Amino acid sequence: MHLRTIVWRELFERKNQLATSFLAILVGIAAIVSIKNVTFYSEKAVAKELDALGANILILPKSASLQDYYSADLQDEEFPEEYVARLSSSDMQGLDNLSPKLSVPAEIEGRRFTLTGILPKSEFQAKAAWQGAGIFSRPQGCGVVATPTGNVPPAQETLVRRRVIDTLGSTDALVGADVAAVLSLKEGQTIKLLGKPFNIIALLPQTGTIDDSRIFVHLHALQELTGKGAVLSAIEIVGCCSQISKGLVQKINRLLPDAKVVTVTQVVDTQIRTNRTMSRLSLIFVAIIVLVGGASIANYMYANVFERRREIGTLMALGAGTSFILRMFLLKALLLGLAGGLGGYALGTVLAVTLGPRLAGIPVLPMWSLAVWGTGLSLAIALVASYFPARRAAHLDPSAVLQEV
Amino acid sequence: MLRMEVVTKTYDGRSRTVMGLRSVTLDIPKGDFLCVVGPSGCGKSTLLLILGGMLSPTEGQVLLDGQSLYALSSDKRASLRGKKIGFLFQTFNLVPYLSALENVQIPLVLAGLSDRSQKERALTLLQQVGLGDRLDHKPSELSVGQQQRVALARMLANSPEIVLADEPTGNLDPDTSEQIVELLEEINHEGRTVVMVTHDPRFAVRAKRTLRLRTGSVVSEEHKSPAPSKRCCSH
Repeated sequence: MHLRTIVWRELFERKNQLATSFLAILVGIAAIVSIKNVTFYSEKAVAKELDALGANILILPKSASLQDYYSADLQDEEFPEEYVARLSSSDMQGLDNLSPKLSVPAEIEGRRFTLTGILPKSEFQAKAAWQGAGIFSRPQGCGVVATPTGNVPPAQETLVRRRVIDTLGSTDALVGADVAAVLSLKEGQTIKLLGKPFNIIALLPQTGTIDDSRIFVHLHALQELTGKGAVLSAIEIVGCCSQISKGLVQKINRLLPDAKVVTVTQVVDTQIRTNRTMSRLSLIFVAIIVLVGGASIANYMYANVFERRREIGTLMALGAGTSFILRMFLLKALLLGLAGGLGGYALGTVLAVTLGPRLAGIPVLPMWSLAVWGTGLSLAIALVASYFPARRAAHLDPSAVLQEV
Repeated sequence: MLRMEVVTKTYDGRSRTVMGLRSVTLDIPKGDFLCVVGPSGCGKSTLLLILGGMLSPTEGQVLLDGQSLYALSSDKRASLRGKKIGFLFQTFNLVPYLSALENVQIPLVLAGLSDRSQKERALTLLQQVGLGDRLDHKPSELSVGQQQRVALARMLANSPEIVLADEPTGNLDPDTSEQIVELLEEINHEGRTVVMVTHDPRFAVRAKRTLRLRTGSVVSEEHKSPAPSKRCCSH
């Protein structure tokens, strides 16, 4: 026989009291695990949705006014293209995509449109100075929708959704939906822009924004045509939402003090508010479980010590020291915490996986890290709550309890 | 050799101090069989608990083989009890959720014996007290006489030099009481010291010495042998 045999046998001696304490810790841990599990996948889902929205940070000339996010680049002022190199070669985390732009007004067949020069991604990768330390050497983790290999989306969709296009020739043009409709343009046609012929490689789908009235060409081709040199009207950035909340905009501001950095604050604020609400809810539950679960276990343990005082006195008479009695109660607390933690994790995970899709409308998968987290919390609560009752047991006066009738 | 030197024990009540033992000096040589008698509340159990290192005296000291018991820490006293002193209680004090075998194993667990050695020793002891066929029975499944025999086997598990029995026959019928006292006599014949508190004059006369207490003081000490009885001991 071992100490654990004594603890194990006693555990089932007072089943009702044990069940109450076990349930308190089980339900508490289950609630926290399920909230944390759903929150994790909810944040992930929101991050994916934000990524799908496209660029969420804009870099503009210092004096630019921001009336409309999508037409913000239609300013008179410009700033040097060298800003892109500064951003690319910085060690800033959370910049998923950079899209430098130069926008100029253009008149075609008597109608005014916007001609926008964009830089395809292939040009970034071709520039040796931007490789190695730049953003393309970093993993693009946060919020980026993974593109399955072999299923590359068409150029026009990439441009609309990601604000980036992979390749664009110096005489290629992408035409917005409104422009195409008004001018009756088709793919493969040639269009003359600022006196130079461009080949329409794709018509962009309707977006409901000012982009529908734009014609996109290669940035450097437009810079040459306008004679403005290496300047930009704006840089669009797909920023990682969690990094934005950690002050990405301020970091860009410090890097480019002569530019204006703005963000889709409403969207980011919603994300931050959701995250804060969920983490507060989680904290409230942690506080409740610590209080309710801890109080329940402490109460159970005090009652257990009181009921077993004669047994404790007898063990002391037989030679048990304080450490034996202390270990006897703490081992019991450990078993209770372990069972409550693992059981709570299992129940919480089942709840999250089954109710998550119905309540939050997102798929939820089990998270093993929560098993460690939940069991750790449960063990800590059980051990801390049991320490004082166990200490009381270990310091009982054996003569007093043995003389009780 | 167990010795009490001018031991006084008082209990602080709400309104007054209660005298448990009053200046008791007592020598209990090795192999002695001492019976402590007296009316309820005269201090018999207090004396036994103080002798067993379970209750520190208000004044005086208790020496076990020359070592002052209460100069030791409570853990060291517990360890000493586990090695040298065995307790037998009126209410048996068996652990209700453990079997007879496991109850006897408790002192052996505390002594750090291996599981196998524990089982072998506990089995031998239970067979000695006639309970070889009740190993897996819980206390609630045993008669009171059988329970006290399990307690006796548990008390003997670590082969204690000194046995302290607090009214071991108090809850038993005459036949079972007789069996228990016979077992205690047998233990004493093996050379162990036995101190037994009892109300029963039939068993008191079976001891080598009888100590009579009244309101915490020793009022007489009688020897079974031809030695004359004398009044003594309170200072």
